[in-house]
Amino acid sequence: MGNVLVWMVWLMAAAACLGTGLRVVTASNPFVSALSLIGNLASLAVLYLLASGEFVAAAQVLVYAGAVMVMFLFVIAYLGGRADAPWAGGTRAIQTASVVTAAALLAVTLVALMLDAGGRLSDEADVDRAFGSPAEMGRLFLTDHLLAFEITSIVLLVAAVGGVVLGMRSEAEALADAQELADAERASS
Amino acid sequence: MMGPGVPWYLAVSAMLFSIGVAGVLLRRSPLIVLLSLEIMLNSANLAFVGFSRLFGEMDGQVFALAVMAVAAAEVCVGLGLIVAMARRNLILDVDRLTELRG
Repeated sequence: MGNVLVWMVWLMAAAACLGTGLRVVTASNPFVSALSLIGNLASLAVLYLLASGEFVAAAQVLVYAGAVMVMFLFVIAYLGGRADAPWAGGTRAIQTASVVTAAALLAVTLVALMLDAGGRLSDEADVDRAFGSPAEMGRLFLTDHLLAFEITSIVLLVAAVGGVVLGMRSEAEALADAQELADAERASS
Repeated sequence: MMGPGVPWYLAVSAMLFSIGVAGVLLRRSPLIVLLSLEIMLNSANLAFVGFSRLFGEMDGQVFALAVMAVAAAEVCVGLGLIVAMARRNLILDVDRLTELRG
């Protein structure tokens, strides 16, 4: 009985995941795309939970669906109408080739999966309740993967500094803005 | 494991990855290209979590978290670039941004 329930939740999450993924790619309004991606990330978190990745699921919802997507939505709101891009680019042939490429990639992966599905991929290891728990993840991060953990912090710092540098105004822009402001004041007085 | 086995997870991961590839190849708006990239990164994460369950080792989940951090860094820089492009009044269309073409 519990098995059927798990299957149902899993199938619903997987369907939601694929459906929202398709919506991200096909929607013409970037707001719809970003909101669908939030749904996609949330349903992926359900799949992680069912694969006993509790901490990863929590981090997915907090970091991804929360922080990263809010950043996306702010930028789309900032861009306003300029974010609306025409749907697809290139000639008809290029578009067809893109879809064929994606489909071929999928076919190759699925065939490889099916060849292995009965064998090596089906004998799962037994795991205890601590598998994927925050305590175990923290222990791994601070022992076996300490270097990766520290390098991650440097990567994030460099990205944050890069974002600030990219967002800085050049001197010429600042001067032009000041000039515009002075002109507007002179016109109003 | 109760419910679906690891091959099911990998199948969903493969489908998501193809959807992301189609988005990156088809769409012209750099914002949508970034969103499609996120789908591809997440499909890789799903495969990581699935394999980590298969082998009973948590290293895959640690790597999935590292991928999340890299994705956050990539979004930070990517969105910074898009905002910078918009402020210079460039057209937000990856087919027309050809200044760096060799």
